Amino acid sequence: MAASDKIIEIRHLSKSLGNKKVLDDITIDIRKGEFVTFLGPSGCGKTTTLRLIAGFLAPDEGEILFEGKDISGVPPYKRPFNTVFQRYALFPHLDVYDNIAFGLKLRKVPREEINKRVRRVLKMVGMTDYEDRDVDSLSGGQQQRVAIARALINQPKVLLLDEPLAALDLKMRKDMQIELKEMHKKLGITFIYVTHDQEEALILSDTVVVMNEGKIQQIGTPTDIYNEPRNCFVADFIGESNILNGKMFADRKVGFIYHDFDCIDEGFGENVPVDVVVRPEDIYIMKNTEGAQFTGVVESCVFQGVHYKMFVQTDTGYELMVQDYNAFDVGSTVGLVIRPEDIQVMHKERSLNTFEGEMVDETHVRFLDGEFECPRQPGVEKGQKVKVEVDFNKVELFDHQEEGVLSGFVYFMIYKGNHYHITVMTDEGHHIWVDTHDVWDKGDLVGINFPAKHIKITPLK
Amino acid sequence: MNKRSSWSLPYLIFLVIFVVLPLILILVYAFQDAQGRFSFENITRFFSDKDALSTFGLSLEIAILNTLICLLLGYPAAWILANKKYNRSAVTVVLFILPMWINALMRTLATAELFNVLGITLGKGTLLFGMAYDYIPFMIYPIYNILSRMDHSYIEAAEDLGATPWKVFWRVTVPLSIPGVISGVMMVFMPTVSTFAISEFLTNNKIKLFGTIIQENINSSMWNYGSALALIMLVIIGITSLFSNDSKNAEGGLV
Repeated sequence: MAASDKIIEIRHLSKSLGNKKVLDDITIDIRKGEFVTFLGPSGCGKTTTLRLIAGFLAPDEGEILFEGKDISGVPPYKRPFNTVFQRYALFPHLDVYDNIAFGLKLRKVPREEINKRVRRVLKMVGMTDYEDRDVDSLSGGQQQRVAIARALINQPKVLLLDEPLAALDLKMRKDMQIELKEMHKKLGITFIYVTHDQEEALILSDTVVVMNEGKIQQIGTPTDIYNEPRNCFVADFIGESNILNGKMFADRKVGFIYHDFDCIDEGFGENVPVDVVVRPEDIYIMKNTEGAQFTGVVESCVFQGVHYKMFVQTDTGYELMVQDYNAFDVGSTVGLVIRPEDIQVMHKERSLNTFEGEMVDETHVRFLDGEFECPRQPGVEKGQKVKVEVDFNKVELFDHQEEGVLSGFVYFMIYKGNHYHITVMTDEGHHIWVDTHDVWDKGDLVGINFPAKHIKITPLK
Repeated sequence: MNKRSSWSLPYLIFLVIFVVLPLILILVYAFQDAQGRFSFENITRFFSDKDALSTFGLSLEIAILNTLICLLLGYPAAWILANKKYNRSAVTVVLFILPMWINALMRTLATAELFNVLGITLGKGTLLFGMAYDYIPFMIYPIYNILSRMDHSYIEAAEDLGATPWKVFWRVTVPLSIPGVISGVMMVFMPTVSTFAISEFLTNNKIKLFGTIIQENINSSMWNYGSALALIMLVIIGITSLFSNDSKNAEGGLV
């Protein structure tokens, strides 16, 4: 990428709001004319990033370069960017014309030129003849168009869009997506777009930046992000997927659901635990079980408009999501095939819970702001710093918070074919990962305990 | 009358006794002469009474001046109170409202005493001071109310479109706070037209306002003329409040 190609460079950007770190060391380059989408669940830091670029917030650390120059100290009204706000923020005391002309009037553009440009931009967003309308009298979609027109008329170098379609109904949203994409192509302006809608991100963008918990999870083209998610979060957030525990036996050999498969991934090493992602449309399903890699029984089959979505119980006891244009009878035995190039292998981020703790006495250890009984540690003194390890499937969760030593809530969960992998956030903001067969919902309040015999203690030097 | 609507009966009785009946009495008295016959005498008398007319003019002048003073001092105060950058606690807002919890007459007497101690001669200046002091919370509160609830994204949108903080203030903040300003103006202007106690205490009765004349007439049993004057004042207030209802975007105000 040539240096002159970059219009915005974000370098090691961090930001805390209150006590919460909402952005943690974000670095990304944005090319001139690119359509970049920041995608992630609410609270992931995507809107904060946009507000930092717009200048409504100042970064705690890091810098934002525009055409090579640091703009951290430049107020928003001097930045050559314009924003389309989530709830449009059209001025209720001005009509459509005055809303759109607001920026040009501030810059003392001659009246005839303002007239000309307002008409042109209204035509572009399909709102000709709406000049004199009160903004309150417009529908959501029309307000959206006025908001886009109000931003575009200033011919910004970069257009920032903060979930601009979130308030529209599905049909309207689809139409506007196409129009936005066409506008971007026609104008050649850099678009920076924020959304939590993964489908929208994939449709619109040249580059998708997936964010979670203030960190960039993956940057890539929509195809990259979809076909080669870098971790479980991305795989789960983008599209539907089967995420499974697996083991990389050797290059191009991976085992999961107790079967061995050929794949195209290399360089993981031998016998390394990995996460495996298989998209439901990449699992081939057939009545004939001969020639299949493995078999299964159809548990459910639901028509989804174009294809059928089925859950299949494999011969080894895993549940897989499968999509096909044909329906298969519930209860029937089917053959299944997964092709090597459709298996996405990812490094495991962690294989057990690891905490730092401190011994209270020989049989008690303190970590995560709680005190736990642990196997006797002969000769270990009080105050000794230790590493505490607990397997994912040994953590106990309780329905009632008071039953556990710690309390928290279910923050994130993925289904791994035969169990759930849950991220629990404690009241103090720590993460605990749990493998369980019990069904929890996101946001459930839980009590947490670590049984004494499953706590592994290693003294730290 | 069904069960639910019968709950409103006590309020209805209250309204009839304390609002509707007095208004009817004013109307009846205003159009009666001393012998109890129907006549326009009281109304015509006002329009030929030079003293009453000039007092009326003075009252309007004082009320307008007072409203302007309250607006000029109150708007910036409300703006600062509503701005999170300068004011993070609700306590300061309460401090501004706090004087309203004390009886207006006591405050006025205290103000008069203050001028007395300072050796300032009572007159128009002290009257305006006292009025502004008494009524400024009524200006600050509705403006503060609308400014503090204003969607911050309007301000960001204006900045985003290239407006400096000064331009943001004049082109977005002020126009959007107009309903609050109208409420404030009404709440200050209307009571100051009819006030009499403040002028009595703060000018030693040197300056007579319209309210004073009404009070004097009623006190000296000139019920008919007093009622006519009260009616004229009500009409003036009615006209100003009609003007406030006409403004669009009436949301957020207090009147």
